[in-house]
Formats: sequence, structure tokens, C-alpha cells
Amino acid sequence: MITGAAYLSPGRNFRREPAAGKPRAQPAKRRLGSSGFALRYFPAGFAILLAGPIAIGLAGAALPAFGCHPALGPCRWSLAPWHALFGDPGFAPALRLTLFTGFGATFAAAAIAIGAVAALHDTSLFARIRLWLAPVLAVPFASFAAGLAFLAAPSGFVARLFSPWATGWDTPPDLLIVNDPRGLALLAALALKESLFLILMLIAAEGQTQASGALRTARTMGYGTMRGWMLTVLPQVYPQIRLPVYAVLAASLTSIDAAIVLGPAAPAPLAPLTLAWYGFFEEASQAKAAAAAFFQLVLALLAIGLWRVLELALTALARPILSCGVRQGFGEKALAALGTGGLAAALAATAGSALTLALWSVSGRWSWPDALPETFTLAMWSADASALPTLAGNTLALALSTSIAATLAAVLWLEGAPGSGTASGTARRQAIVYLPLLVPQISFLFGLQYLWNRLWIDGTFLAVALSHLLIVFPYVLLVLSEPYRALDPRIAITARTLGAGRMRTLLRIKLPLLARPLAIAAAVGFSVSTSLYLPTVFAGAGRVPTLTTEAVALASGADRRAAGMVGLVLTVLPFLALLAALAMPGRGARRARSIA
Amino acid sequence: MKAGLTLSNVTIAIGTRHLAGPLSVHVRPGETLSLMGPSGSGKSSLIAHVSGVLDPAFTAGGSIMLDGAVLDGVPVERRRIGVLFQDDLLFAHMTVAENLAFAVPRAVNRHERWQRVQAALHEAELPGIAARRPETLSGGQRARVALMRALLAEPRALLLDEPFARLDMALRERIRAFTFATIASRGIPALLVTHDRKDVPGRLMEIGGEELV
Amino acid sequence: MKDRPALSDLTRRQTLAGLSIASMLPLTLSACARADGPDIAPDAPWDEVIAAARGQTVNWAAWAGDPKINAYIAWTGAVLRKRFDIAVRHIKTGDTANTVQTLLADKASGRAAGGRTDLVWINGENFNAARKAGLLWGPFAQRLPHWRLVDTEGKPATVSDFTIPIEGYESPWGMAQLTFFYDSARGTMPPRSVPAMLDWAAAHPGRMAYPAPPDFVGIAFVKQALLELITDRSVLYRPFADAEFAAHTRPLWAFLDALHPHLWRKGRAYPHDYRALRQLLEDREVDIAMSFNPSEAATAVAGGFLPPSSRSYILDGGTIQNCHFVAIPFNAAAKAAAMVTANFLLSPEAQARKADTKVWGDPTVLDPAKLSAEDRARFAALAAPQPIGGGEAKGLLEPHPSWQVKLAEAWRARYAS
Repeated sequence: MITGAAYLSPGRNFRREPAAGKPRAQPAKRRLGSSGFALRYFPAGFAILLAGPIAIGLAGAALPAFGCHPALGPCRWSLAPWHALFGDPGFAPALRLTLFTGFGATFAAAAIAIGAVAALHDTSLFARIRLWLAPVLAVPFASFAAGLAFLAAPSGFVARLFSPWATGWDTPPDLLIVNDPRGLALLAALALKESLFLILMLIAAEGQTQASGALRTARTMGYGTMRGWMLTVLPQVYPQIRLPVYAVLAASLTSIDAAIVLGPAAPAPLAPLTLAWYGFFEEASQAKAAAAAFFQLVLALLAIGLWRVLELALTALARPILSCGVRQGFGEKALAALGTGGLAAALAATAGSALTLALWSVSGRWSWPDALPETFTLAMWSADASALPTLAGNTLALALSTSIAATLAAVLWLEGAPGSGTASGTARRQAIVYLPLLVPQISFLFGLQYLWNRLWIDGTFLAVALSHLLIVFPYVLLVLSEPYRALDPRIAITARTLGAGRMRTLLRIKLPLLARPLAIAAAVGFSVSTSLYLPTVFAGAGRVPTLTTEAVALASGADRRAAGMVGLVLTVLPFLALLAALAMPGRGARRARSIA
Repeated sequence: MKAGLTLSNVTIAIGTRHLAGPLSVHVRPGETLSLMGPSGSGKSSLIAHVSGVLDPAFTAGGSIMLDGAVLDGVPVERRRIGVLFQDDLLFAHMTVAENLAFAVPRAVNRHERWQRVQAALHEAELPGIAARRPETLSGGQRARVALMRALLAEPRALLLDEPFARLDMALRERIRAFTFATIASRGIPALLVTHDRKDVPGRLMEIGGEELV
Repeated sequence: MKDRPALSDLTRRQTLAGLSIASMLPLTLSACARADGPDIAPDAPWDEVIAAARGQTVNWAAWAGDPKINAYIAWTGAVLRKRFDIAVRHIKTGDTANTVQTLLADKASGRAAGGRTDLVWINGENFNAARKAGLLWGPFAQRLPHWRLVDTEGKPATVSDFTIPIEGYESPWGMAQLTFFYDSARGTMPPRSVPAMLDWAAAHPGRMAYPAPPDFVGIAFVKQALLELITDRSVLYRPFADAEFAAHTRPLWAFLDALHPHLWRKGRAYPHDYRALRQLLEDREVDIAMSFNPSEAATAVAGGFLPPSSRSYILDGGTIQNCHFVAIPFNAAAKAAAMVTANFLLSPEAQARKADTKVWGDPTVLDPAKLSAEDRARFAALAAPQPIGGGEAKGLLEPHPSWQVKLAEAWRARYAS
């Protein structure tokens, strides 16, 4: 912004302070029109709408954890569930495993993302990779993990390619690669998948800073690209990807679908263990599951706090490096290697898993050590595909309705919410909408279940869609906020001085200019919805099966051909949505950005 | 009723820090009053305040009157005050004609609307660019389209926030002349914020200081 | 120019309407509560039941982890629609405990009618819990016309579900027996008793695995080992007593402690369920797999999952056998149609189809001796549905459900922590 400091930023409420001692026109007297009114009060209303279910959900997990099971009769307050939880022999190893995989995956994902962006920044290769990042990111975890499991297993695709002629393995080696008890496979998969998300967020954050300029200045002073980026750009962009990093941390600590497919079974990490307890029909087991769910909320919040402390410590440690004057060093070479290697591995693993799924879906018998199926058949697609229309239909209906609703809501939110967030009320509202990203799904879905049951809508499409919306909305908002705020506020001001009201300015000027970011945000919402497993299982109670629930059910072992088919469709749907979004004319948006 | 734009005792502050004013001045119809002052003296804030889009972080005092009517509390789109910025801010997703037509008051029918757009292009000596996208125009063409667009909204006053600063010297001269001539011929009051004394067409006011001439 | 007068008013309304329609309309349609069908008593005359069932929809909650089973359920739906004007909707569940939980919540909030589940696939611990909490409707099973064909004597598990008498609150659907299978082409002779497994595993390190409890096949393997190793089996048919648990299970843990180092991945990882185990067999990672379905191997061969040289067998001393059932929840909205469905599931036609390895391969609960010659022919026409290999398919009864819970817990404490 050049001269715009004093101008109303986008979405600023139309309100001025009356001069001291001279009360004049009251806000109420202003002819805002009902559209202005709706826009103005939307954020507060919507925040309440989102906060309600989350609060009830958390309460629903907290109460049974203290012996109060509203559905099962009068409350008998006790700490028995906690004794049961902490006393469970599986608890300590599960906690260790959870902390190791959660922190490890987040740390690795952040390192890969930072290393890759720093090393590849401004290269033409990166420009090309950027284009593919979003669609690759859209591949749901369930199918990614299933494909990866088959690629990397001792009897998997890679081993078969080289067996027995090169390896001498007549039977697959007894190696613990997938489902290893330390959770390394789970950690690696989480790190690779989440690094793509963080790279996307880093690129978006760079757009808000003068990254290229700062980097060029550093390079003219003799700093290497990598070190220059680390010293000048990273400190600017990290605060903006902090929230996504916390979201990755919370998600990695409590991942379910990935843990079921790639994680160890005995002991399992906390989240799948909680689910297992919940599935065990016994009141004590139920209460223990509730305590575990609530515990994971505390764990996620503590972990985020700890991460913040680590951030501060690292910053303090790194500060002397800023001014020590070293132009190039060894550390960044290692980080660059990790980043580029990690990104390459993530892209290769995604492509490989998609390919594997495609191959399985048309395979006949395919036994060790054949690298390719003995026979190919479309039997799976013709015979067992009868459920596919229902699954794909549910998935599509959920993804479309929630991504459209979330995008509309995000637009109204950004229109109504002050731009820079000085007011504390705004900060609170922000915290509320982003809460579903930071709170483990498992800890509020239990309670949400009771809400849907009370409303007599559990097991309906409505309950599933509302549950999805809680999680889809913050992602859409996360993606849309940056381009929305990057739009020069003077463009909207110009439209309004030309006589256009807020709604007309929004519809005729801002939304067309933001068409591409809007489409991408909707597509991200679409892919988030298609990949949601736990909310679908809980709110749907099995009555609203989607491709993802089916994929997870099939991926944990079972029928690889059915898993391949479902996983393939699941991969293709959000991929198409994102391609469609990227195909949107981007000229207006680019032009608007270059002005800003 | 007093025609023109009147500021009485207008002050701008951010938090407890005083920025500009108290400022009292009357701009006659057809007159362009220039404002000068060092960076951070509140010139742009004043423009924002008059057009009705001052950021809530700022506080403003005093009152503004346009053609005898108090403007305080009137939403920006109903003030009918045009603003031109350093950048032309043409809407990139619309053609030149659509940009211009966007500004024509809504009550005007379709046929009349087109006639006004054509007339504006003619007046600005911009034939044959109606269907073009803004990014295909030259800097001078864009500046003139932006001015014509502001005028098609039938503003009762015009605020110019360093609109010539980005133009090169040769172009600047022509656009400046064209702008001031158009303002004079329409008989609307205008406030011009500038850093360049060559921009000043008539009365000049130093922000925070005395009226000079 | 696409400008219209009063556009902003119009578009504002469109936006708001769009928001609500896009997100709500398709959703609210499905949220309507169900109306109850005509009330029916468990002992109503059968023709009244048939009449009341017409036009009803049966929401059937059934585990949906196997495409074969899902396809079979879809087939029953098609037949019932044609013959009885009953629609069957398969509520695909991952865990029957969740269904029981929903029923429990319904009961607690006084939702005695209009329930959203009309039929539930159930047995063992879930039946025990549901029965104790009064979540099931009945007794209806003995009143089904096809009940008289059930082999209650030859297959005592059809009336005693994990030692719990069914008392007409669930209707048998199919039989299950812990069955082992292997690829005979690999030239290994698999062990034929639990103690023999130890020697076999020591001789073939890493070539055997079982699913991690509480997976139902995994826990069945543990129960099987306990049945073979315990000195007095009769204690397993009573609710377990805390004091004796350690003593009774000591031989079991000694056996497993010795076995685990020789298992696949040295016992440090376990397949999630029997299907994952079957995949390991196909991938040549292990040489033995197990399932509760005696026809699993034959079905997998037919489906192309296993080589034709696959063979299945029962341990020489017999293996755990149980029965799976369908039950009707206390607040089912379509009880009459649920009864008609349960009865159809017991028909020789449906049972024979289910036993077909090309369809599902789930053994019948019916007694061949009680069938007509024509119906017997249906079963005779099936391709080798029974276990291949020596010995009789000797069944051992399931222990009391309380053992299952305690064993799973103890197993996890020892090996998953």
C-alpha cells in the first residue's frame, strides 16, 4: 500500500470515532442499508454458530471423562476414567509414540518446507512445481497412505521390482518398514504429506512480503540464496505460517487414518487407541475413551505451547547469526538437501501411490514377486462398483455443499471482519474459527455426537455436512485471507466513490477480481471435505458412507483391488476440482496484485 | 446555501497523536485547492476523511459541508465525491467501456448510459479503445480514463491524491492541463494533494501551516 | 453491459438465499424424522406380519468391511422388494458397538419409537450388552416360520450366543468357525494344534502371524490357545473371576511369550485384521492365515486373491465355533418388515446362496435333515463349501463374553505396551 495507511482497509467496518467533546452523527443514524448490516454482524453471528457446536463437543468429551455420561443417566462425578486411562498399560507407550510421531512429523515437515522454499526460491523449476502443488496436496491421506504402504512394504512394489533377481529374496524379507513399532513409517508419511501443505502456505505468505526484493538485496551483499532467504525472508514469513504449523502439529499428534494404515497396531498411538476403546462396549472403556479424547485436547494445547517456546529459543539462538556476516555455511546445505529431497520424495510418493492404486484397481491375481499383475481385469469396476455411485455421490454432495457454504461464509467473514485485527473481539473471533484446526478432531467429535443425537439428526447428511463445515471453513478462510487482504483497498474505495454500495462493490468488483483465489479456496475446501474421515464416521454413524470412510475401511489390509478403486476415485475428485480452479482466468487477480 | 466544499475546524488524529488541523477552508465550484506538506502530515488522511473512508484507527473532528449540506455520517457511496489516486485503479476485469459505465448513475437507462460513455471517450480524445482491457493502455490513456470515470459518476466534488506522481514529465504536463481544464469546465470544487509545486494551479495550502496565497 | 436496475437488492437476496440453499436444502431433506409403521406384536399371526411389512423400509445396520457381504445384503434387498414390497437400506457400520451405543442413547432420552435402526447384525458381547440394557425387541426368533429348520441341536451356538441364551431376541444368520489356511504349493505342512504351532514357528521363523486383539479373529486365536492349554475348560463357560484369572491364563501367556519371537516381524508388529493377514499370505510374507469363515480360502481363490493350491483346515482338537445373528432394536420403526427380513435370511434359498463360495461362503445355520429334498439339492450343488482336509470340523463353544474383554485387555497389557 502506498498512501493507503489512513484508508479503510478491506472489510473495515464503516465507522468513525466521533471527535472528542463533540458528539455528532451516531452510527445508527447512518444509512448503512441492510446489506451493510448483514455484513457487519455476520462475523460475530457466524463465530457463535461455530463456537456453539465446538463448545458442546468439547463439553461432551469433558463430562464423561469425569464420570458424567449425560446419555447414560445421572452424573456420578469421579476421577475413575482418569485412573483407568493413566493406569492402562498401553497408555505410556501410546503417549511416547504419539509425541514422537507428532513432533517428529511436524518438525520434519517444517524443515522440508523451509528448506525446499529457501533452496528453490526463484528457480524456474519451483515455478513449475508450484502449479502442481495444490492438486497434489488434494490427494486424501487415506489413499496416499494406502498407496505408500504398498510401495514401501517388504513385499511391496519397490521390493518386487528388484526381486528375486537383484535382492535374492525368494520370499519377502522379514523387515519392519510399514507399521513399525516406533512409528517411523507413520512419521515419514505425515512429514511428507504435511510438508506440501506448509510449502503452499509459505508461498502464500511470501506473497505478502517483499520477499524477492529482500532476497535480491541480500544476494547483492554476497549472501548465498539459501542463507539470504533464511536471514531476510524467513523471519518475515514464519509468523504468517505459524497457525498452519500449529494445525499440522495438532493434526499429526492425533491423526487417525494415517495411523490406522501406516502406524503400529500394538501399541497403537493414542488416537487410534482411543477409537478402539470407544468401540469396546463397556461403560468403563467408554469413559476411558472420553478421558483419552479430552486428554488429547490438553496434549495438543500443551504441544502448541511447547512449540512456541521452542520457536522463541530458536529465535534467540539464531539472532547472532543474523549479524555474524557469514555468507554461506554448511547448515543450509544440509537443509537445502533435506528440503529438495523431501519435496521430491513427497511428489514421488504421491505420484507413486496414485499409480499403485490405479494398477491395483484393474489387477487380477498379483502375487509376490511379480512386479506387475499376472492378469488385468475390469471386474472390480463392473461388479463391485455398485456402491461407487453412492459413495462418490455422498462425497461430492458433501464436498460441494460444504465448500460452497464455507467460501460464501469466508467472503462474508472477511468483508465484515476488520482487516488488521486490532480489536480484541476480533482476535477472539479469529481464535474461535481457527479452533477446529488446533483442537484434535477426536476430542470434540465425541461430544458433537451427543449434540447431533439430541437434535435427532445423527446419522443424517445434515449432521455430517455441519461437522465438515466446522473444519472446512477455517481452511478456506486460511487460504482466502491472504489474497483477500492483498487486494488494494483503494480499488474498493474507488468503486464506492463512484456510487456503488458495499454489496455492489463486493459482487461487481472484488469477487470478480478475486475469482481465482476464490476458486482455489473453494477447491481446497472441497479437498478437505473429501478427505475427512473421523467427522464422517462420527456424525454419519455409518449411514453416510463416503469414499474416504470406504478407503480407510479397505486400506488397513483387506481387499487391495477395492481399496485401489476407491482410492483412485478419491484421488481424482479433488484433483479435478483443483485443476478446474486453476483453470479459472487469473488475469484480473494478477493485475490487482501487481497494483497493490 | 453556499456552493462548494467547506471544511470547518477539521482535525485528524491517530490515538493521542495530533496529525493535522484545525483546518478551515472553502473551495469554490470549479476551483482546485492544493494541499502540500511533508510526509506524514495527514494529507492523505484528510482526503480519506472527506471522502468518508477514514480508517477507524483515526479520529476526526470538525465538520465538512458540500453545497451547504453536512456530510458527516453520509456513507461514502452517497457523498458523490470522486477520488483519484496516484494509481489509476482501473478495474482490471472490465473493459474500458465497462469501467466507465460502472460509474454512470444507476437510474440512467442503457441507451443513455452508452451515449455518456461514448461522449466521455470523445471528450478525452480516446477513440477506439472502448473494448480494450486496461492493461493494454498507455499510462496517459489510463490516467484520462480514470478521470473520465470519476466524472461520469457526476461527483459534486473531486479529491486528487497525487494523481500525477506516477506519470513521466512530458505526460504529466498534458494530463495536468487536461484535468484542471475539465474540473473548471464542470464547475466542481477540487482538493489536490501534491508534492510538486508545478502541479499547483491556484490557491495553495500548507497542511498544519498558514494559507499562503 | 449486463447491468440491471436494482441489481444490488436482487443479488443480495440471491446471495443470502444461495447461501442457505446451497448448504441446507439437500441436507434438511434427509433430516426428517421417520414415521412409525403399524405397531406389531412379536407373536402376531404371520400373515398379519407380512401385511404390515408391506411398504416398510428396513434400516439394517451391518458391518460393511467385506464387499462380498455387502453385495449379498444388496441381493436380499432386491428379493425382499420384489416379493414383499420391503425396501432394505444397508447401514454400513464399522463396529456394531457404535450401533448399540446409539440405541443406548435413544433409550436414555426416552426415544421408544421411530428409531432409525430396524435390524442389526450382532452377536457375542454386543448382544450381551444390548440384551442386559433392554435394547432389543422380542422374543421373535422362534415365531419366524423358518425357525423350525434351524439346526439347534447339531449347532448349539445357534441358541447359545457366547453362552448367553438367545431367548428369541436374535435370529441366527450364519455359522463361523476359526479356520486356518495355507498354500499347499509352498510345500510346508502347517501345525495341527496350538502346542504344535510353537515348534512349527521355531522351525519357520517369521512365517506366521495373527491379528492383534481386540480384532475379533485375533482374540479368537487367543481364546483358542487358552481353550487348548487350560487344564479345566469349564471355567471358561462362566463369567471370569478376578482371583482366578492369573492362574487360569498362566499357560496361555507362557505359550505366547515363547511363540512371539518366532512370529512375523518377531512379534513386534501385527496385521490389523484377518483380511490384512490374508493379504500377507498372498504376498508370501507368511505361510499361514486364519479366518472365522471356513470358506474364506475357497472364496478368496474364487475371487482371485489366493492361488488355487490354497487349502484350509481345522485344528485336530477342534476350533472355536460361533453363530452370528440379526436382532430387532426396541424402538425399530419397521418391526414387521424386520421380522420378514429375518425370516427370509433363514430361508433355504437365502442360506444356500450365502453358503456359496462364489457369493460369500458363510456356512448355514440350517439342519440339512430338516430340509425338503429340493432344498437339500440347493446345498449339494454348491462347490465344496466345507473345510478341506482331515478330521471332522469339530466345533468348540465360545467362552463367556466376559473372558473376551478381559483377555483382550490382558493381551494388550503384555504385548502392546
